[in-house]
Amino acid sequence: MLLIPCPHCGPRSELEFHCGGEAHIARPTNPAATGDQRWAEYLFYRSNTKGVHAERWLHVHGCGRWFNVRRDTISDRFVTADQIRSAEEGS
Amino acid sequence: MRHFSLMSLLSEAVNAHRGWDRQWRSPEPKPSYDAVIIGAGGHGLATAYYMAKQHGMRNIAVLEKGWLGGGNTGRNTTIIRSNYLYDESAALYGHAMKLWQDLSQELNYNVMYSRRGVLILAHNTHDVQSARRHVYANRLNGIDNEWLTPEQTKAFCPPLNISRDARYPVLGAALQRCGGVARHDAVAWGYARGADAMGVDIIQNCEVLGIQRGPDGAVAAVDTSRGRIATRRIGVSAAGSTSVVMALAGLRMPLESFPLQALVSEPVKPVFPCVLMSNAVHAYISQSDKGELVIGAGTDQYVSYSQQGGLQVTAHTLDAICELFPQFSRMRMMRNWAGIVDVTPDRSPIIGTTPVSGLFVNCGWGTGGFKATPGAGHLFAWTVAKGEPHPINAPFTLDRFRTGRLIDEAAAAAVAH
Repeated sequence: MLLIPCPHCGPRSELEFHCGGEAHIARPTNPAATGDQRWAEYLFYRSNTKGVHAERWLHVHGCGRWFNVRRDTISDRFVTADQIRSAEEGS
Repeated sequence: MRHFSLMSLLSEAVNAHRGWDRQWRSPEPKPSYDAVIIGAGGHGLATAYYMAKQHGMRNIAVLEKGWLGGGNTGRNTTIIRSNYLYDESAALYGHAMKLWQDLSQELNYNVMYSRRGVLILAHNTHDVQSARRHVYANRLNGIDNEWLTPEQTKAFCPPLNISRDARYPVLGAALQRCGGVARHDAVAWGYARGADAMGVDIIQNCEVLGIQRGPDGAVAAVDTSRGRIATRRIGVSAAGSTSVVMALAGLRMPLESFPLQALVSEPVKPVFPCVLMSNAVHAYISQSDKGELVIGAGTDQYVSYSQQGGLQVTAHTLDAICELFPQFSRMRMMRNWAGIVDVTPDRSPIIGTTPVSGLFVNCGWGTGGFKATPGAGHLFAWTVAKGEPHPINAPFTLDRFRTGRLIDEAAAAAVAH
């Protein structure tokens, strides 16, 4: 079980968290003008990194806030955990 | 290759078994091949076998970073069934089910396929309705599946508690009688032996480090830890590592890789006659011929290549097993492990061409690839050999995520994703 460093609450057990998947996948700003392939890439395509992976977590049974982490998917160690302070950081 | 028969066994028995050959060679890679398969798991080896057997392609190699059958082929819970909901899936898994029936004879290698039946329990009204819908959909597609009452379920699986005051009452079950288990290692070894005998080079401890493309954009060679190998056709069959391999050709994939865990108990005398699974409480159990209870757990919630996974995931499954079968609550679990499964957004596989000419992919089997091994290999061999998909795997394109023609088996698979 992961020990997850919530940037608001400190290290807590994985049981308190929900993983929100890869971070920084921005929704196309004009969906009507977005082609099918680009839309498919937004919805479905993921980098699935072997190594340091940027992802979002929700401290659902804690502070209730989303935050960004970078985690090594080979060792499962967290490299960084950051608060989301702006819409760009949260995209 | 020495043929296995009663005569060969008897003659070796009186010869103290000194005459057996190695089951496959360990060749040095040649400078070029007509086709290269990346990944020597069950799927990759089956692909090479059928390419050689049915499409006459003998100058091919299977490259494997580790040892053959050491990934998900050797880590799954060996369950075979084909009761998927949609027409496309019924055709795909049904094709594999047909090939399982005489696979041991085909390979002259005992894969220990055991048609002991797969039960999927229903614990509430919703389960009953969805299971019966599956049964009817399967029967319309010619796939074996039937509905059992609680009493019939108990008769088929005597260890099961069907009392009405159980924590998870059993309201019935869907039974696929032709479902069962097979020896997973033997499947890999049988295909490896058969492919090797037809001239396929199986090259272990050979990691693919790069995919070279020619001026026309088509694949030209693979760079490996044992040198460059020229080839015009590459079939990627790398399961959890598919995204990593495809990135070498500059492609992103609609895949995420998660650890999927399984565990076995200490071996005991035969106590469990069938395969039993329950979607609602997430239990998943059978007994191996060695006597171990084989238990499948769920996936972790995050992308990982660690082949471990959290203990709370296995504990959750054991909670459910102990509720359904209190008699197993004192058993000791001997080993647990994880395999890295590549999951697509619609939980159906991708078998077909890619935007790169000469590059083909068989991936996205998620938590259920073992059961499809012969069918996936057979269809992927056709796809790589002919450069276009077989009609059965034609719907399972990479392009379906652009067109929106998804094959959404997320609710039909038996484990929570």
